[in-house]
Amino acid sequence: MSVLFDVPGPRARRRMVWVNIAGAVVVAGIGVWVLARLGAKGQLDADLWKPFLTAGPWVNYLLPGLWATLKAAGISIVTASIFGLLFGLGRLSASRTIRVVSGTIVEFFRAVPVLLMMIFFWLGIAQLQIVAPADLPLVAVVLGLTFYNGSVFAELVRSGVHSLPKGQREAALAVGLRGSQSLRLVEVPQALIAMLPAIASQLVVILKDTALGVIVTYPELLDSARRLGAGLGNILQALLVAAAIYIVINYLVTRFAEYLAGRVGRRTAGRARAETPTLVVAKLDD
Amino acid sequence: MDDGYLDQFVSLFDQFDVLAAFWVNIQLTFFAGILALVAGTVLALMRISPVPSLRWAGSTYVTLVRNTPLTIIIVFFVLGLWGQLGITLSPDFQTNFFRLAVIALAVYHAAFVCEALRSGVNTVPVGQAEAARSIGLSFLPAARLVILPQAFRGAVAPLGNVLIALIKNSTVVAAGSVAQASSLMLTMIEFRPDVIVAIFLTFALGFVLLVVPVGLATTSLSRRLAVAR
Repeated sequence: MSVLFDVPGPRARRRMVWVNIAGAVVVAGIGVWVLARLGAKGQLDADLWKPFLTAGPWVNYLLPGLWATLKAAGISIVTASIFGLLFGLGRLSASRTIRVVSGTIVEFFRAVPVLLMMIFFWLGIAQLQIVAPADLPLVAVVLGLTFYNGSVFAELVRSGVHSLPKGQREAALAVGLRGSQSLRLVEVPQALIAMLPAIASQLVVILKDTALGVIVTYPELLDSARRLGAGLGNILQALLVAAAIYIVINYLVTRFAEYLAGRVGRRTAGRARAETPTLVVAKLDD
Repeated sequence: MDDGYLDQFVSLFDQFDVLAAFWVNIQLTFFAGILALVAGTVLALMRISPVPSLRWAGSTYVTLVRNTPLTIIIVFFVLGLWGQLGITLSPDFQTNFFRLAVIALAVYHAAFVCEALRSGVNTVPVGQAEAARSIGLSFLPAARLVILPQAFRGAVAPLGNVLIALIKNSTVVAAGSVAQASSLMLTMIEFRPDVIVAIFLTFALGFVLLVVPVGLATTSLSRRLAVAR
């Protein structure tokens, strides 16, 4: 419980009942107003909602869209993890040159909007003609997500290693491991566990950012919902259904990560921290 | 070829107003930022309040919005609210889209402002709240006079991150047909595909120049404002 207030006594409890009622009235009022507006525009007609109870829209639009979203997110998670590990190790390298180069790359990609990268890869790779035109949007989405989220992962690796107790490295060096071995075998594995909650919230970011694919013509969930809505004239309803799917998936990912962090958190000397790490942009410390 | 490449690239700036496009992003960020700060503070107050229903409403909002892609929210505001429900915020087409986009950005980032402030509240030691209570302050005065001033100071760094995210996310309003940097970049590349790399680097550099000072400023500000304990 919060320390900001005492355990409510009889008077506070009575007052709370009134505040609760007032709050419920306000929320219900907003709800009624929204429903009334929707109803006045005919948006609550069963015809507009009924299609979602039949198989057609799901089989033809929403499920293929969801699959495309999950595919792009899945590939991006793998590639971004590789990118993040490589550049995270680069930022922790013993060589100053490697540190500065990987630091610059990571900071650059963290400062540039993902959408700009997607558009660049989309139109740029089309010119090079090395990818089949049909795969182009997927490649653009994956590359954009990889460079941005890979950079965030690299930061997580670095700050995770820095948050470990110094004794971990000292012990590794004492048993005769080299600096790079200590990083690889002792520090980074623990850093990853400690950063698990932050990594999970980044997975949610990746899932959400696949929706940017709609701008580079990638047929993901939002795009399929939009096309479905345009076809049936119920775009509002289609978008709400798509949003609900995103919310459920992301909520499950978050919950699973919390559970996982609680389970494996004990295996590390560092603390599994619940809050996201500070994402200090442009801090080029070496 | 090198000489020609540069000349052609420079001549692009006569035809396209890159600075004006970035100015739209800055305006989007400014208005949405203020709205999100206000809404986020209210949400944070709700989430730390003693009233269970307010706490529940605040956390439900944050959970729902945080798990929804910004792109969906923007498309929802433009295609749904304007296209389906006919909600207009201005008779002028462009202004209407701009305002809808500002509200969509604010709705999304308010959830993150709330979380940033909450993490700021967590930096305030228990003793502060206990001391406030022991001198007889009830929840609202304690929050206003003791907790929130320290929470805002502790939340400068996370709030700065939200601002940085907002600057970058202002490009997403392209999904709501608001012309700004990302849509201009698309147009310019389609117009001159041969100088695509230079165009991309120009826009990327623009965002680096916008984002890096904010990052540096909030980092130094959070150090300066940190409550000495």
